[in-house]
Amino acid sequence: MPGAKERELRRRIGSVQSTKKITRAMELIAATRVVKAMNRANEAKPYSTQVTGVIENLAAGGASVDHPLLREAEKTERVGIIAITSDRGLAGAYNASVIRAAERQLDAARTEGADYSLILIGKKAHDYFSFRNYRIDAHWTGMSDTPTYEDAREVAGKVMEMFESGHVDRVELAYTEFLTMGTQRVTVRRYLPLETTATMAEAGSGSGGALASFEFEPSPGGVLESLLPRYMESRLYSAMLEAAASEHANRQRAMKAATDNAEELIIKLSREMNQARQASITTEIMEIVGGAEALGGDDANDMIQAILENTEGTTV
Amino acid sequence: MQVEVVSPERITYSGEADMVVVRTVGGGDIAFQPGHVPFIGVLQISQAKIISDAAGETFAVHSGFVQSANNKVTILSDVSEAKDDIDVARAEAAKARAEAALSADEADEEAEAALRRANTRIMVATGADGTH
Repeated sequence: MPGAKERELRRRIGSVQSTKKITRAMELIAATRVVKAMNRANEAKPYSTQVTGVIENLAAGGASVDHPLLREAEKTERVGIIAITSDRGLAGAYNASVIRAAERQLDAARTEGADYSLILIGKKAHDYFSFRNYRIDAHWTGMSDTPTYEDAREVAGKVMEMFESGHVDRVELAYTEFLTMGTQRVTVRRYLPLETTATMAEAGSGSGGALASFEFEPSPGGVLESLLPRYMESRLYSAMLEAAASEHANRQRAMKAATDNAEELIIKLSREMNQARQASITTEIMEIVGGAEALGGDDANDMIQAILENTEGTTV
Repeated sequence: MQVEVVSPERITYSGEADMVVVRTVGGGDIAFQPGHVPFIGVLQISQAKIISDAAGETFAVHSGFVQSANNKVTILSDVSEAKDDIDVARAEAAKARAEAALSADEADEEAEAALRRANTRIMVATGADGTH
């Protein structure tokens, strides 16, 4: 009959084993989701490249640059901070890093003597900031796992409205950039006001080449006016897609670490359990030997016989 | 001449064509043929017709841009739907809704845009000609 300690250890091994099954399953799910998210990010690229391309051509065509979204405020009174986090945890340091970056921006704004305005995507950021009694101006949940363009449009629309109405004078965007499967990096980018079209074009790509003189309908300014909001949406959309891919990659890594950890723990606990079992067997033998000696038997064979009879059903 | 219809989420159409007809804001219908001058225009809520010998294709395009350069026409649009993707019953319902809203308030811009979207969808789905 196993001892109390052995029973306890066996129970723990069982529980670690079922935890391992869960983390392993989550790892596999995350792995397929990363691939899907990466595909979505790749499929979205042509549009943003094209939009940037049109801006390049506009800049070359000398479009007027007076647009509310390009206007730099003289004095920054309130800084808007957009943070893209996930709705669910178990993704390692993914959410914590973005939240930390956003909080740093917030502190920086305060040292500048400016107010802050939080615009949060994902439940995790909302939980963190609302628990600490920060004022949250806008937040969305349920879109960070598989963001659609509609989602990006909704958020970007709200942000542009806040900027154009003068509620915020500058907007920073904190999210996780997806570099490769193994590397994701938290980045903070200036979201608004936009740099002038010329710098945008420069930042876009070097595909300028032979710039043809374009005809514009209705006018360069008119095209720019309807193009800039699309550009804002597209930028936010690709940030959201990258963040989603990063979330899944982080979760996959975290779950892989958890699975490995569980395996290690199982080995360690099994060793402890075997030791405990061996110890209890040894004690039992000692007791029998002691008992037989006390009865006065001095024949070694008798003693072995007694041991075998008493330990029937137990493996020695 | 190469033609691409690009939505924010993916490339919806890519292929060769002889002519592309779209409707721009303020400029009315405009057709592109091979060798068209470089052009950038803002699109109306309307249909975009891609015409070629092999097969024609018509899309309902809900605002966006058209760019023509180097013998390539690119249509950038938030929403571009092919004939088969359109739910006519839904479009009809949206049309009725928008008309009701417009009869209540003639200056309702949103309803007007919704009506135009619904009309475009129906036009593309039924294959009726857009010129009116």
